[in-house]
Amino acid sequence: MEEIIRMEGITKVYPNGVVANNQVDFSITEGEIHALVGENGAGKSTLMKVLFGQEQSEEGKIFIRGREVKLTSSQNAIEHGIGMVHQHFMLVPSLTVAENLVLGKEPTKGGFLDFDKAVEITKELSEQYNLIVEPEAKVEDIPVGKKQKVEILKALCRGAKILILDEPTAVLTPQETSELFRELIELKNKGHTIIFISHKLNEVKEICDRVTIMRRGKNVGVFHIDEISTEEISNLMMGKEMSLDIQKKKAEPKEPVLSVDGLSYFNVVGRQVLKDVSFCVRAGEILGVAGVEGNGQKELVEIITGLQVDYRGTINILDRNIDKLSIKGIRGLGVGHIPEDRMTYGVAELASVEENLISNRYDDSNFQNKLLMDTDTIDSWTAKTIDEYIIKTDSSKRLVKMLSGGNIQKVVVARELSTDPKLLIAHQPTRGIDVGAANFIHRKLVDMRDTGAAILLVSADLNEIMDLSDSLIVMYEGEIVAYFEDMSKVTEEELGLYMLGLKRQSEDEIGRCFHA
Amino acid sequence: MGNLASIIFTAEFGYAILRVTTPILFAAMAALISDRAGVINIGLEGIMLMGALTGVIGSAFSGSLWIGLISAILGGVLMAMLLAYFSLYLKTDIILGGVALNLMSSGGTIFILYLVAHDKGISSSLKSGVFPQVDIPLIKDIPVVGEIFSGHNILTYIAFLSVLVIYIFLYKTPLGLRIRAVGENKDAAASVGINVRRIQFLALVLSGVLAGFGGAYMSMGYVSWFSRNMTAGRGFIALAAEAMGRGTPLGTMLTSLLFGFADALSNSLQSLRVPAEFVQMIPYIATILGLVVYSNQQKPKKVKGEMEESV
Ligand SMILES: Nc1ncnc2c1ncn2[C@@H]1O[C@H](COP(=O)(O)OP(=O)(O)O)[C@@H](O)[C@H]1O
Ligand SMILES: [Mg+2]
Repeated sequence: MEEIIRMEGITKVYPNGVVANNQVDFSITEGEIHALVGENGAGKSTLMKVLFGQEQSEEGKIFIRGREVKLTSSQNAIEHGIGMVHQHFMLVPSLTVAENLVLGKEPTKGGFLDFDKAVEITKELSEQYNLIVEPEAKVEDIPVGKKQKVEILKALCRGAKILILDEPTAVLTPQETSELFRELIELKNKGHTIIFISHKLNEVKEICDRVTIMRRGKNVGVFHIDEISTEEISNLMMGKEMSLDIQKKKAEPKEPVLSVDGLSYFNVVGRQVLKDVSFCVRAGEILGVAGVEGNGQKELVEIITGLQVDYRGTINILDRNIDKLSIKGIRGLGVGHIPEDRMTYGVAELASVEENLISNRYDDSNFQNKLLMDTDTIDSWTAKTIDEYIIKTDSSKRLVKMLSGGNIQKVVVARELSTDPKLLIAHQPTRGIDVGAANFIHRKLVDMRDTGAAILLVSADLNEIMDLSDSLIVMYEGEIVAYFEDMSKVTEEELGLYMLGLKRQSEDEIGRCFHA
Repeated sequence: MGNLASIIFTAEFGYAILRVTTPILFAAMAALISDRAGVINIGLEGIMLMGALTGVIGSAFSGSLWIGLISAILGGVLMAMLLAYFSLYLKTDIILGGVALNLMSSGGTIFILYLVAHDKGISSSLKSGVFPQVDIPLIKDIPVVGEIFSGHNILTYIAFLSVLVIYIFLYKTPLGLRIRAVGENKDAAASVGINVRRIQFLALVLSGVLAGFGGAYMSMGYVSWFSRNMTAGRGFIALAAEAMGRGTPLGTMLTSLLFGFADALSNSLQSLRVPAEFVQMIPYIATILGLVVYSNQQKPKKVKGEMEESV
């Protein structure tokens, strides 16, 4: 097959001085599924945005079928048959599937929007590529997996022959992922070329023909998929050997630290998001909460940490009812919280690393100097903490937003763990960060457990949940539908069935997770 | 209290509501169109005020009412384009830009008025036209209904018609779809090749057109002259109306009527023996109350009700 795209010597420097791509060469053969892998921050998304005309590179050339092109806008790239499904979906929630699909090239009748025609276009395309969507449903009402299909259709609708998918499986269940893979193979058979960005090397092995590996803004190798093992890929990605699975000894749970009894919650539009949820987390164990995002996990965490108050039921932390407690009061009981959304709740992005690190203890008497803050103590404590958590920053005074995602998350983790909490709520603690940082955080969580902390780990990342949890609950539509006391007996496929609501344990089995 | 009822439950009062709602409604529609494109137009007050002045000047110098209207619209559009240029191209903060526009207009109109009419307060030396009142056949003969709905200024009818036009524009045309898409998720819009800045520019210009109509009504319909700061906060009331109407044309029309009601009430009560300063506060207090009620209903009571039920 002939080369369809060649990028030569691409260098992209963001206005903040980050060199996201450094002299990158990249080449795609027509009709292949080509994986682009690399740790978070390696520059994969940036390279693809350059190819999609969304970002302009400082240096480098792009050739399509051997002819040099200048891609100065997405519109340009679309005209050359390139389509991109972004990591964060580019959909308008209040519009219907059909409207999203035709946006920008709307069919008209007498100057007006021809909605029927839009629906028809959607149906046709949907059938042609076997990507089933409901044209008249509003995008905000459909599940993530469907949104992704809409995104793919959107690209196809604009005549994309080359599809870029940026971490498409990050948000999918195992079942949805295999469905996506079937669809991608079908697209490939129809002659489309696919660039597939992923962290998950087993997926890459499963469907890709070739793989390009990036590290720190550089291309560090291109391979046929059968020529290289996952270990070798991961070593190239990280630039060093690193074990992927976590070593930990068996948990020795003690008394319950967190007990949640009969928790129900209605959201602002009156929908019941949590239905009579009861469970305990004991000292010295990691209780995992698995589930497709949006099944009540977020609300559960918000209620336990005091961010959300209008609930029904009883929550005790170390035998104190938290009902009347403020967020600070709850933290005062010895609770740490690694929030899901690190840029909103995790850090103040315009404050320095140091300020973020002390933001939960600035009023600690150790940091006070009668009237003012004791900057010497704070500086030395900060330096020690940055060292201990290996936060990569050239100065403790650097603004947090200048750091890479993994290092920002380490700031959050360092702050929350260094108080030695008795209960830690870890919500998606490693989402979207590189394997190195993720491993480090996982290690820290296990260490904390070993020193007797109770940890509630909420995550949509199945690998993380399966590797880290000592026991596990699964949430579906606001309810606990399964409890596994012993993780060694659970398979990923079985978990998937519970996560999709296709299977459910008996009340007695579920009730076992309430140890009180 | 009997007095109050005898004021409110009259056909004249119904007529008055529509009359005073007109400028608020134009401005609220102006607020709506820019808000839906994701650009908040705080400068409506100033845009409307400028439109009121340029309308009077255009009409006085040309002797034509319709050239007056066009001048008002042009005045509004120019002001809106100024805001658009600063905020979309030079990247000033749109809120600050809007505030600046209001201040500039407040002083600038007086300055221009002085240059043109040699008066710092009122334009009575300029002979400008006034838009005609129109009777609606058939309806005008129906008792009460005719008195309320017929015989209004032609711009009043245009104001209410604009609600329908904007509804159709936003929801039934490709451009409207793009405006809504840009306002809701501009990255999504940009990723399918929509020029976000152009759409927002256009929305601000349309916003200027509507505010220009509002200004024209103020100085050539509501009254027949321009006077300093005659918009008296209507641009801000309109922003509140648009927010309470949740950005929908129909909802915004209803909330505009609500504020029109408060305004009409304040006008009528001045005939009773209540201190005028107190009565003049009514529309503004209504605005504050409206916004409080609006923000409370954002967390619907239904949630609590359901919870209590199931306990
Ligand atoms: N818009 C931006 N402005 C500044 N820096 C950015 C921007 N987007 C990404 N970066 C930085 O560029 C580097 C590469 O990011 P990205 O291409 O998103 O990596 P990947 O997709 O491989 O995780 C990171 O250090 C990131 O912080
Ligand atoms: Mg990325």
